[in-house]
Order: sequence, then C-alpha cells, then structure tokens
Amino acid sequence: MTAIVGNEINIKSLRQQERKERLVMIGLTIPYLLIVILLIIVPIGWLFGTSFVDQDGSFTFKHYIRLIESKAYYRIFITTFEISIFTTLICILIGYPLTYFISQLPRRFANLCMIAVLIPFWTSLLVRTYAWLVLLQRKGLLNNFGIELGLLSEPLPLMHNMTGTLIGMVHIMLPFLILPLYANMRAIDNDYLKAASSMGANQLRAFWTIFFPLSVPGLLAGSLIVFVICLGFYVTPAVLGGGKVIMVSMKIQSNIELFFSWGAASALGVVLLVLTIAILYIASKFVSLDQMSSRG
Amino acid sequence: MASHSEIKEQALRISIQGVTKTYGDFFALNDVSLDIEAGEFLTLLGPSGSGKTTLLMVLAGFIRPNHGQVFFGSEDIVLKPPHLRGVGMVFQNYALFPHMSVEQNVAYPLKLRRKTKDEISQEVQEALDTVKLAGLGNRKIGQLSGGQRQRVALARAIVFKPKILLMDEPLSALDKKLREEMQIELRRLHDNLAITTVYVTHDQKEALTMSDRIAVINHGILNQIGLPQEIYSNPTNAFIADFIGESTLLPVEVRDSTPKFGESIISVNHEVGSDGSYLLVIRPEKLLLVTDESTAPNRFPCTVEESIFQGESQLLIVRLDAIKSGDNEPYRLNVRIANTSANSAVIPQVGDSICVALEKVDSFIVKQE
Repeated sequence: MTAIVGNEINIKSLRQQERKERLVMIGLTIPYLLIVILLIIVPIGWLFGTSFVDQDGSFTFKHYIRLIESKAYYRIFITTFEISIFTTLICILIGYPLTYFISQLPRRFANLCMIAVLIPFWTSLLVRTYAWLVLLQRKGLLNNFGIELGLLSEPLPLMHNMTGTLIGMVHIMLPFLILPLYANMRAIDNDYLKAASSMGANQLRAFWTIFFPLSVPGLLAGSLIVFVICLGFYVTPAVLGGGKVIMVSMKIQSNIELFFSWGAASALGVVLLVLTIAILYIASKFVSLDQMSSRG
Repeated sequence: MASHSEIKEQALRISIQGVTKTYGDFFALNDVSLDIEAGEFLTLLGPSGSGKTTLLMVLAGFIRPNHGQVFFGSEDIVLKPPHLRGVGMVFQNYALFPHMSVEQNVAYPLKLRRKTKDEISQEVQEALDTVKLAGLGNRKIGQLSGGQRQRVALARAIVFKPKILLMDEPLSALDKKLREEMQIELRRLHDNLAITTVYVTHDQKEALTMSDRIAVINHGILNQIGLPQEIYSNPTNAFIADFIGESTLLPVEVRDSTPKFGESIISVNHEVGSDGSYLLVIRPEKLLLVTDESTAPNRFPCTVEESIFQGESQLLIVRLDAIKSGDNEPYRLNVRIANTSANSAVIPQVGDSICVALEKVDSFIVKQE
C-alpha cells in the first residue's frame, strides 16, 4: 500500500482522535463489565466448582452421577419441563387471541388494555401467588362459590397439584408473552391485510396467510421468554404446588436447606443452566434474540 | 393487443352516485357523483385531506359511505365486501408481503383463485414480464429497490386480470426521474391492458401527464372534471386555477360586464358573469415580453426583481409598477421565458423596466371565493 503523499500531515492527529473516542466508549462499558464479572461470571464459576466438591472437600463426580442414576431427579426434570411446556402452551392459547384483539383496537383503547395487562405484571409476585391461594384453596372463594350455587357437590382440588401450579404460572407469565407479541402485531401494517383482501382473500384467509406468519417472530420470542423463565421458577410452584409438584429450583432449595448439600444443589443448578443455555442457543437459530430483548 | 371495441367489452364502467362519507361533523366526501368510462384512465386530483383517497377506498370497499351508490357495470357494489369486488389495487407504500418472495407475492391472488400450479407459474411470469421484472422472481422483497417494489405491486394488482385497477399515489415514494419514467410506462400499460383505471395523486403534473380525464376534488367536493387541457386552460374556480399548473392570481373588479385591474381594462377569452370580485389567472409561460409601444391588450409595465436560471427556462419575478394591493405591497408576477438561443439576447436583467402582456386567448378570470 502506498500512502497518499500530500495529505500525511494530519493522518496522525486523525488517528489519535479515533483512538481517543474508542477509549471513551470502552471506558463507558467498564462499570457494567465489572458488575457482570463480579456478580455473574465469578459466582457461576464458583457454582461450577462447588458442584465437583464432596462434603469433606475432596474432588468428586458423585453429584452428577447421582443426577443421572436417580429416578427421582429424572422425574423432577420431567416435571419441570412439563410445567414449562404446558404453561407456555396455555399462555399462547390465551395470549395470542387476546393480543390480536388488543392490537386491532384504536391506539387509545389498546393502551388502556395494555395497562391492564401491565398492572399485575408490576405487582409483587408473592402477593399475586398468595392471592391465588385464597381463591383456589379447598374453602377458597372459587370452591365456596361453586358449592353455594350448587354447581359443585364437593370442593375441587384446585391447589397443591399441577392444576393450581399451572393456573398461577400462566397468570404470572402471560405478560411476558403479550408484551413482545403486541409490539410485533402493532408493527404489522394494516395495508397488508387490505392488499390481501383486494386480491380476493376473505378475512380468515388473510389472517392465516398474512397476519399470522408475520406475527410468528413475536410469538416465538414471547413463548421462549415464558418457557425459559418457567424452567427456573420457584415461588409460585412452591406455594401453589404445596410440595406435591417439585421443580428443579425447589429441589435445589431443599438440597441446601434440608440436606446442607451445596455440591448436589450446585450440580442441579449447573445442569439447569446448561439446559437453558442450550435451549436459548437452539432457539436463536429461529428467532432473533434482538427481538426478545428490544421489544420485550 | 386489444382493439378499441374489445376494450369496451372487457373493461367495466364505474358510476359513483351521490356518495357521502362523514366523520363526525367532517365531510370527507360530500355528495360526489362521477362516471368513469370503461377503459378510461381517470385521475382523482386534490391536495392532501381533500377526500380523493377516501373515494378510492370507497371504490375498493375499505370505506363504506354514509349514503350513495357505486356501480361497477350495472351492479351496485356498495355493500359488497372488498375481497369479492375483483379490483386490482396498488397501495401507496406498496404493501408487499415481506414474508414472501416476489413470485409468491404475485402468485397470491392466483392461489386464492385455485388455479393449477402450471397456470400460476405461467401467469406470474407473464405479469413479471409485463412490468419488466423477469428473472427477479426469487428475490425477497427486502432486496428490491423502490422502483422494483413498485413494479411488483403493479404485477400483483394486474396478474389476476381485474377489470378495474385502483392506484393510490403509487409513484410518490420514487425519485423524480424514475417517477417520470414510470408515469409514461403506467400509461402505456393501461392502454395495453384495457383496464378501467382510477389513479389518485396530489401531483398535478402527474395528473396532466397520465390521465384521460382529471377529477379535481377539494374539501370532499368534486370541483371539476374534464380533459387535462380543459382543467388547465379553463379552471372553473380559483382553487383549481391555483392548484393546477403554476399561476399568479391578480384581483380584478367586474363592473358593467367589464373586468378591470385597477384602471386598465382586461380583455378575457370568455363571457363575463355577474359584477363582483374576480381573479385573473396568469400562467408564467403565457406572458410575453413586449415593447412599450406595443398595442397588445392586457399589458403590465413592471420591473425585474429576480432572474432565476432553471435549465430549460428562465424564471423572472417582476414587480408591477402601477398598482399596489390593499396592504400597499406591490403585486408580483412570475414570467417564464424558454431558454432558446433565440431568446438569450432578449432576457432582461435584474432592475430592468420591462413590459409583459397576456394575449386575450390566454386570459380568463374566475370568481373570487
């Protein structure tokens, strides 16, 4: 490469300026990098390390071996995935039509509806979970009401089981699905549907051939967020499942609180983390993760 | 290519009768009646908010009027849903389906009509050929330029051989050069396809270039409908005179059927109606440079204030010497002189005192509103 001779006077100062600007940009990210390293990378490394340490402090694989060999652990992972999948599916079934309806409203009403979606979202998780406890228990509002009206002869088992857990989880997860989906649906130009109908598509046809495919990215993003959060969920299944529904997070807790086995708990944590990352990685092949974060 | 009589058979006549659309107190369309001949290229022209797009949407079926009838041929279609109207439509932003390729977009209306695969691929190719996009069928919409998108939208609107084609400012997103090319191409396409076309634009030059007839709409009211030449030379009101073409409007008073600008009598090319306030419509290219001794009618002595080179012509902004307006501002006229080599010697300089004249045939007045 030959340099351009006549203009070499300011090449140096231009380069210096560029370097300076780059340093400023790096400087701005340092606080965040520190937080990530101190609060995420280091603890996860520590967690990883602990999972290979036996009660007496020696190196061991036994926590992982137990995970693989024990039927109970296998069962817990299955339950966790079952609950996560069902919660996600029910969220889609309820959330998609609702979000479609809201997205078709004039903006003013749509905003009101979105506030209605967001208010529970902003309310404490614990408060909402215990509220469901009040509603769902044997002598709770729902059962009492049903019996008073003569619809039920005896109380339905609505909690301390899968049903109660799912009801609570769906309620708490729904906004995570609705928010990205709504942003996606709002961005679908109404003219697409008009164009489809001018070419001869009735409303149902236009919906399935145009609107639905264009809303799939938002739907996938929302579903993925719900699914991944469900995998590690603790409070709601713990309270509404009443010990009958055991998810990975609850087993981690009991390993520590009841059995003081930090190693076993860490191994569970590592496996859950790896599974979650694997799912996110596979999903990222289909959904842009940008969409999840920027629109959610 | 279809002969003229065939065109009349294939295309559909549109008849709009007393169509009104209100939003609250606002009249988007106020009792609009309008007939569009089979195979005609009619332009709805008006400023933004005039109701021209509303009328197009009434034709397409996306807006239902408060009252009035719309006939396609002999059938009243006002209650017919859009998907059954069989109308081709080009949207302002094209509305191409982003999740489909060019081919899939163009095939969409054919699939809805349950054509066989072979028919579809053949007709899609024909349509893409027609709009000069052959070979781009596999492209994604995002990979196309603005002009190419415009062509896909057009191909998609004509591929199912509709009898009526509606276009909503289809060229407004293109740059000037491409827009002017497409105007001529669209017009040629219309002539080949024998299709009744309703075209919406706010660009008067585009309307003059493309249309068989122009319908000027303002405030939801149909102001004038006619050939481009008629609209340009004989606008029926001050709004149209101002909106179509470049023009300067000078106030004239009519007393005893004689129009006067100040003290000077203005000869006009038409009968003058009742006494009152009128506006003289002056097109910059119709003004002639004359000498002081000239006997031409409608002479205006003036001083050159600005002289602007615009390529094919020179635009002079001149100040009238004689009369001033109510607020004591002098009246100004735009004068356009073709930049021919013959003219180069006579183009006056800034500050020159000159005299411009308007021939009687080019003079007309419209009622002041």
